Amino acid sequence: MTSLHFGTAAWLALALAGAARAQSTADALQLRSLAATCAACHGTDGRAVAGAAMPALQGRSRDELLAQLNALRDGSRPSTVMQQIARGYTPAQLAQLAAYFAAPAP
Amino acid sequence: MKRRELLVGAGALGLAACAAPPVLPGRAQVVVIGGGFGGATAARYVRLLSQQRVDVVMIEPQPRFVSCPGSNLVLAGTRRLEDLTLSYDALTGRHGITWVRDEASAIDTARKRVTLASGASIGYDKLVLSPGIELMFDEVQGLRQAHDDGRLLQAWKAGPETLALRRQLEAMPDGGVFAIAIPESPFRCPPGPYERASVVAAYFRRAKPRSKVLVLDANADVVSKPALFKAAWRELYPGMVEYRPQHKAIGVDAARGTVRIELQDDVRADVLNVLPPMRAGALAVNSGLANAVNRWCRVNFIDFGSTAAQDVHVLGDAIQIAPGMPKSAHMANAHAKVAAAAIVAQLSGVAVNAHPVLTNTCYSFVDDANAIHVASVHEYVAAESTFKPVAGAGGVSAQRNEAEAAYAAAWAQNIWADTLGLAPGT
Repeated sequence: MTSLHFGTAAWLALALAGAARAQSTADALQLRSLAATCAACHGTDGRAVAGAAMPALQGRSRDELLAQLNALRDGSRPSTVMQQIARGYTPAQLAQLAAYFAAPAP
Repeated sequence: MKRRELLVGAGALGLAACAAPPVLPGRAQVVVIGGGFGGATAARYVRLLSQQRVDVVMIEPQPRFVSCPGSNLVLAGTRRLEDLTLSYDALTGRHGITWVRDEASAIDTARKRVTLASGASIGYDKLVLSPGIELMFDEVQGLRQAHDDGRLLQAWKAGPETLALRRQLEAMPDGGVFAIAIPESPFRCPPGPYERASVVAAYFRRAKPRSKVLVLDANADVVSKPALFKAAWRELYPGMVEYRPQHKAIGVDAARGTVRIELQDDVRADVLNVLPPMRAGALAVNSGLANAVNRWCRVNFIDFGSTAAQDVHVLGDAIQIAPGMPKSAHMANAHAKVAAAAIVAQLSGVAVNAHPVLTNTCYSFVDDANAIHVASVHEYVAAESTFKPVAGAGGVSAQRNEAEAAYAAAWAQNIWADTLGLAPGT
């Protein structure tokens, strides 16, 4: 009985670890997919083509990125396209994007 | 697996260009049909999002990628087709994708195999179909013959026809008429015909100022950015561009240079560019995947899976669109990323992203120096199983401006690099 009980617990622990791993894989995919919505204009993972008029996003400070996104969103920073785009994301999504591009490149 | 690693190794050493063509594997985890904005992006992002763990075979017969965005400027004489022509080498060399230069001729969705024109076949776990559009020449009487004869060009798929139409415009005498006929919506690139009319007018203003541009539109109004295009025609080209709504082309006579218009008089022009109605690429139709009025492919928008077949994902211009969703290069690139993430999740046994997001920005030139845009963000609405434009987001330019001409050029550079996996730093 004890060994069976132990076996069940071990299996459960493994299953939980697997579930956690799956959840982190799903979360990572979701975050990277969200960031990929910026890539057509700002480059894959925020690395814009050298010399392009749109700025690169990769490696900038999180606070600066979020401040810029919020300023674009509320119009305090004038823009042609970005106000219209930034308003399509929730504040939580903008915070996720700022954190993603500030983090070291994947 | 070993063979693939060897191929990747050869690419990494820069030998891909001189190596023998890749041997077609018997099967692949992901087979992508089509190397346009949708297909190439999907191939690249399946590799990226799986951290190179999922093997990808891309089937595309063309030797190089030719961008439709920008091709109207070739007609205007301000860009060269070479500037819009890019290599697939980074997809094979940097990203380890096996590119098979052949045409997919049939899909067996039950046995999960694709047959190629060469007769070879390949099995898949997941198929991505990004076949682009077919121009339905037979919907306009006489158009197929006139097109086959090289007299009436479409130039709606960028390539040799773009150059041929440019030559027709160059050969046209000053005082001549260029007429573009636009089919009923939906069609590939909603602002494209109006941009074409604008930049051809810019060329005429420069080179043959007594000429005219006639826009024959089957629709009730300009389909994209109407106020901005009409302001450009009125202010930049007074007396030169004439717009006629509800003018549906139903026949052509290439010898006489005329277009027959439904319920209207015939129209004569020196250079005719009659765009017929469009539908999903022929392979989609022939495979039974174009299940929306036998014209477009219905998908489940959460992962772009076909509603007609398991493990087939359809992207880009070929799909039955969601509300407010344009058939654009940018949108095809966005579809591809949602599908690629879903495919990687499904192959990894994890949950598919429940909140996918799409963005779109389409720039159009109205003359050599000024551009306008339309932008939108689309959220997945689970209750309705579709994407909808986010309320309060999106919009168009306040007015035409030079800054957006620079953004348009930069957009092209960045989306080409994103789609084809080009190194950003060069």
